[in-house]
Amino acid sequence: MTTSYTARDTTRGTAGATVLDVRDLRVTFGPGLDAVDGLTLSARRGETVAVVGESGCGKTLSALALAGLLPEGATVTGSAVLDGHQLVGRGERQWRALRGSKVGMIFQDAATALNPLMSVGAQIEEVMAIHGTYRRAARRARAVELLASVGVPDAETRARSHPHQLSGGMRQRVMIAMALAGSPDLVVADEPTTALDVTVQAQVLALLRESTRDAAVLFITHDMGVVAEIADRVVVMYAGSVVEAGPLDEVLERPHHPYTAALLASVPDPDAPRAGELPTIPGRVPPLGERGSGCPFRDRCPKARERCAERPPLSELTPGGSAAACWYPGHTGAPERAEAPGRATAPGTTGAGPGPDGDPATPTTPHEEGTS
Amino acid sequence: MSGATTTAAGAGTAPAAPVPAAEPRVRSGRRRGLIPAAVVALYVLVALCAPLISPFDPDHADLVARLSGPFASAHGHFHLLGTDALGRDVLSRAFYGSRVSIAVAAATVVVSGAFGVFVGVLAGWYRGWVGVVVMRVADIALSVPFFLLAILVVAVLGPSLVNVVICLALVRWPRYTRIAYASVLETRERGFVRGAVAVGAPGRWIVTRHVLPEVLPLAVVVATLELGLMVVFEASLSFIGLGVQPPTASWGSMLSDGQSYVATAWWLVTFPGLALFGLVLAVNLLGDAVRDRLDPKRSVPKRPFRRRGPGRPGRAPGWLRPGASGTAPSPGGPPGPAAPTHPSQEA
Repeated sequence: MTTSYTARDTTRGTAGATVLDVRDLRVTFGPGLDAVDGLTLSARRGETVAVVGESGCGKTLSALALAGLLPEGATVTGSAVLDGHQLVGRGERQWRALRGSKVGMIFQDAATALNPLMSVGAQIEEVMAIHGTYRRAARRARAVELLASVGVPDAETRARSHPHQLSGGMRQRVMIAMALAGSPDLVVADEPTTALDVTVQAQVLALLRESTRDAAVLFITHDMGVVAEIADRVVVMYAGSVVEAGPLDEVLERPHHPYTAALLASVPDPDAPRAGELPTIPGRVPPLGERGSGCPFRDRCPKARERCAERPPLSELTPGGSAAACWYPGHTGAPERAEAPGRATAPGTTGAGPGPDGDPATPTTPHEEGTS
Repeated sequence: MSGATTTAAGAGTAPAAPVPAAEPRVRSGRRRGLIPAAVVALYVLVALCAPLISPFDPDHADLVARLSGPFASAHGHFHLLGTDALGRDVLSRAFYGSRVSIAVAAATVVVSGAFGVFVGVLAGWYRGWVGVVVMRVADIALSVPFFLLAILVVAVLGPSLVNVVICLALVRWPRYTRIAYASVLETRERGFVRGAVAVGAPGRWIVTRHVLPEVLPLAVVVATLELGLMVVFEASLSFIGLGVQPPTASWGSMLSDGQSYVATAWWLVTFPGLALFGLVLAVNLLGDAVRDRLDPKRSVPKRPFRRRGPGRPGRAPGWLRPGASGTAPSPGGPPGPAAPTHPSQEA
């Protein structure tokens, strides 16, 4: 579980030193209730790491753990080092010094995450006031500057607006400005574009990418389209643990884990002719407390074999830094071929895969019905 | 409302035209609080100016003129509302009595409100044993019989205005505490509080900057509604002799003094009673108006949604009728040129 892997140079080219190094992070609600079961990832300055997975896979809890915002009753173990600060085992008071100034958080719903009674400018200033980074007069100017930098037109006037006077996209921009107000090293974005419509989503994603050059971004989402747009590297989570991780292109083009392949297959392709129902993954995520010791995906996996009763480690598969936790990794998908001996240890890259759409690894292949 | 309905349905040309329908409602709501506010202001003014506008010294006994009725003149002194059993001017005493009533009621509301909100916010913010202790003590305070406590306080501390305030505050603070507690519990789960935690705000900062602004409007509403009750309670305490002591005038003590003369000198109880009634009524009406203004759920004008655009009553919009614009818009297929983007707004 503690296998490390390094990212290749990212497309942005601005990636610097590793800022965030998470190793074997666990979030537990009690014996046998590991909501996050061994998260390992690292992020460099200027890099966006997307954490993908369906509901209940522990991605939001991972994000909250890295911002110190876990609900009561959750205990964190493992290690998460952010710019020399160990994030695990911090008390509330110690966390306070990091929040805002080292870790910025962007919430999903800006409509509720902003105080309706305060002007947005005042809320951005508040972040600076809490950390005492600027004098009062400078805060005002810096808040307007931040608003302008996140693409809010007429920032001077907008700073005096209250949240209800702004559109959803504008509010999310304000949230981003707030998260950046303390110049954090890590920005944790928990599904920041889910509440937005698609055009605004694209703008906000571009902006987020633009404005976080100096920080590592941990981007939580379940939307593969968003991942493709923003991520430098992808971490796929399933039932609390990482099942696949690697650079964006590799994960999207040549998924090694059957879960990743299935996730990608269930993304509708607007260009392809409509072949029938969208592929789905049968079954559901095993609930907390009912996760056995083996591979968590084996009940839903088309490739599952006896060996899957034992948990596969996250092992590095390609020189590019891709890693998957599967005994039978391989992006060509067909279960028979995955059985090939030796694949578990050294699979290599086997030719051009069929891409994210229409992957034969899809567990379901219903092609009977037309539109419902 | 009916006028607005006919305009909207009858003309129904421009979507923006019949908007003023909501306006009169808001204004009438404002006007509703205006008269009670003016009455309360008048009482306050009288209380402040009592020494200036009182025709006589309220404690000056003129035994020759005792128990003279309203509009009576006794050796050159005109008593508009008559005199009491000691020949003191009822009007002057009623003026001075308003000072006691208003001062005690206001002081009680401020003291119990500040204390109640403070401990309620503490209980709601820290929860745990702090919350349990505060809320159980509040329950106990609510269950103590008010007059027994009043007698106890007066017996221990002696009767005085300050003790009346202490006594009332001891009984009334749980009202504010419960409201504040519930409001904090609700507010602390809201997104912006989480957001404030996420930017590193300390607890005290969050409470004062984010939680209190949510709690205070509720506390103000409770306070205005409590104010009337406190006027009555002060009068009750003074009536049974636990409030201000003679010869200081208070409406309660005036009622108490006058009750033995009800059959012969009606003015002794009528005028302080009317003064009390008027103030309590005005304060309560004001409290209702304040509550309606500050409660967002009540201030929304109850206006049914109207169809916008050309008024064709009873006809579904085009996109709903079969065959009007091809098939119903499906999420996957390319939307037709006439397919509206937000059907829910028009339905």
